[in-house]
Amino acid sequence: MARKITYQQAINEALDQEMSRDPSVIVMGEDNAGGAGAPGEEDAWGGVLGVTKGLFHKHPGRVLDTPISESGFIGAAVGAACNGLRPVAELMFVDFMGVCLDQIFNQAAKFKYMFGGKAQTPVVIRTMYGAGFRAAAQHSQCLYNVFTHIPGLKVVVPSNPYDAKGLLIQAIRDNDPVIFMEHKVLYTMQGEVPEESYAIPFGEANVLREGDDVTIVAFGRMVNFASEAAAAAQKKGVHCEVIDPRTTSPLDEDTILESVEKTGRLVVVDESNPRCSMASDIAGLVAQKAFGALKAPIELVTAPHVPVPFSDALEDLYVPSVARIEAAIIKAKEYK
Amino acid sequence: MTSTLNREGLLKAYRTMRTIREFEERVHADFATGEIPGFVHLYAGEEASATGVCMHLDRKDYIASTHRGHGHCIAKGVDPVGMMAEIWGKATGTCKGKGGSMHIADLSVGMLGANGIVGGGGPLICGTALAGKLRGDRSVGVCFFGDGASNQGTIFEAMNLATVWNLPAIFVAENNGYAEATSSNYSVACDNIADRASAFGMPGVIVDGFDFFAVHEAAGEAIERARNGGGPTLLEVKVSRYYGHFEGDQQRYRAAGEVQALRETRDCLLQFRRRVTASGEITEAQLDAIDAEVKALIDDSVAKAKADPKPAAADLMTDVYVSY
Repeated sequence: MARKITYQQAINEALDQEMSRDPSVIVMGEDNAGGAGAPGEEDAWGGVLGVTKGLFHKHPGRVLDTPISESGFIGAAVGAACNGLRPVAELMFVDFMGVCLDQIFNQAAKFKYMFGGKAQTPVVIRTMYGAGFRAAAQHSQCLYNVFTHIPGLKVVVPSNPYDAKGLLIQAIRDNDPVIFMEHKVLYTMQGEVPEESYAIPFGEANVLREGDDVTIVAFGRMVNFASEAAAAAQKKGVHCEVIDPRTTSPLDEDTILESVEKTGRLVVVDESNPRCSMASDIAGLVAQKAFGALKAPIELVTAPHVPVPFSDALEDLYVPSVARIEAAIIKAKEYK
Repeated sequence: MTSTLNREGLLKAYRTMRTIREFEERVHADFATGEIPGFVHLYAGEEASATGVCMHLDRKDYIASTHRGHGHCIAKGVDPVGMMAEIWGKATGTCKGKGGSMHIADLSVGMLGANGIVGGGGPLICGTALAGKLRGDRSVGVCFFGDGASNQGTIFEAMNLATVWNLPAIFVAENNGYAEATSSNYSVACDNIADRASAFGMPGVIVDGFDFFAVHEAAGEAIERARNGGGPTLLEVKVSRYYGHFEGDQQRYRAAGEVQALRETRDCLLQFRRRVTASGEITEAQLDAIDAEVKALIDDSVAKAKADPKPAAADLMTDVYVSY
């Protein structure tokens, strides 16, 4: 039975249900319980934003607090995955990939291929990303594109509570290393989520709205902005198709290409910096495989090529806005 | 008696060390012909370390290795025939020719891979040890690393984590004196790598890496302690390598005659032979027979590696979840 819960609760529920189903699932990260070794409460935090709250007592011995040693514990999660566990490690902010990337891209991502198919590394790395918290340059980046470049990794970008639960359950059951990107602004987003367990397959885009005029492809938080912009455009008589690929790797190319074949116009919305981004990647894909269908130049709505600024006046300019997306839709539609 | 090992154990130890030596001497010779592709880093001289440690391990115990991984692979039970084919880049190799010398791995025997990243194995072995601890199966994880890796943050993080989680992990620092061309006298800030153990709340033990029996005994204590829930140990094995950092290294940073003197006075195989024959436990003839068998095995592995097919073009796109 579905009821309304938050994106954060949906993630917690997915972890809880998978830990109950499969004793090999463990959770580790900085303050994932909180209070380890301290005189006060155990499970004091349940993660820096409370996403893992309550799991510590429900699943004794399987929620491990770690030192602030990302390379150490992300690598430990990878090693444990090679030895029969299904660890879900939390990299608190994706910006910290800089201090543990070797264990992700040189170790976890490579084992299966480099060892001739004889290794499985079923590890999930949950990580928080995105601007909007006034958290500035080192705690706000949108880096799913970096992981998407690496063969061997799967990359998941849920845009709503329903997807967050189903995609995380799939991620935990998957036998490859999965980077699970949680947008920090979305944690409070409410949505209908079934109580029972369900898995959403990777590489299957969600079409949120159908339309004949303009295709919009958006990722993570930007899916919601794209939907708002599409609703605004609808009032002006422009019918948009909104596609949420849900995973950037694997990528559901077919749904995107089929839509562009129908509409002939494409807007890509991506919170990343523009160069070598998912926006440029989708534009390249469509230019290569649906060139003949295009009736207008592809519009990219991204962050500018600058670090994430701190001041709200600047950060609000940095993040792609509904107004910018709507303007791109109209520009694509009116192109002659 | 020379150790806790019985005759069968002694013969096994000798065979393992001999196999590593023969394997490495043969790769050295064949690399010089230009037939072996890529980089190879040889373990000759350090055989007592991998063998003395791995004699205490079984399949459910994992090891993580280094660039210089052939010896660890053989000591952990990876098939030398598949290894040779891997080094020659053949489809029949341990990793189907996709890994090469720096990435030989066989998880079915608990060998988590040679590693092309200096210090890459420390965090991984914390993970395999954690899995064993949570299962309660008394297994351990052993991270072999060099004096170069001893200065990497990953190793510090891993040692700290191993104590924090009280993991059945053993950190074996194989100090062969040189990180590439830079002496550990220069690059390691303290006198001994083992001195760092106290900073991570674990015992630090120094052992002569040319002496199989010393390594075997020290490793045995550390591994037994870990199996019994006593937590991690840092074991520093002081040793040397007989060849360069990689094949082709002219080793101008070494003193003239340094390696020759080690080979003549301290070689692990030489010392082992003297000791077990002097005690009467093993005869020269038994050891000579092993030498001959090992030579035949390595000859055979090279002949097969040369004759085996290279991977097919289609193999480029397999063993990874998605290919665009």
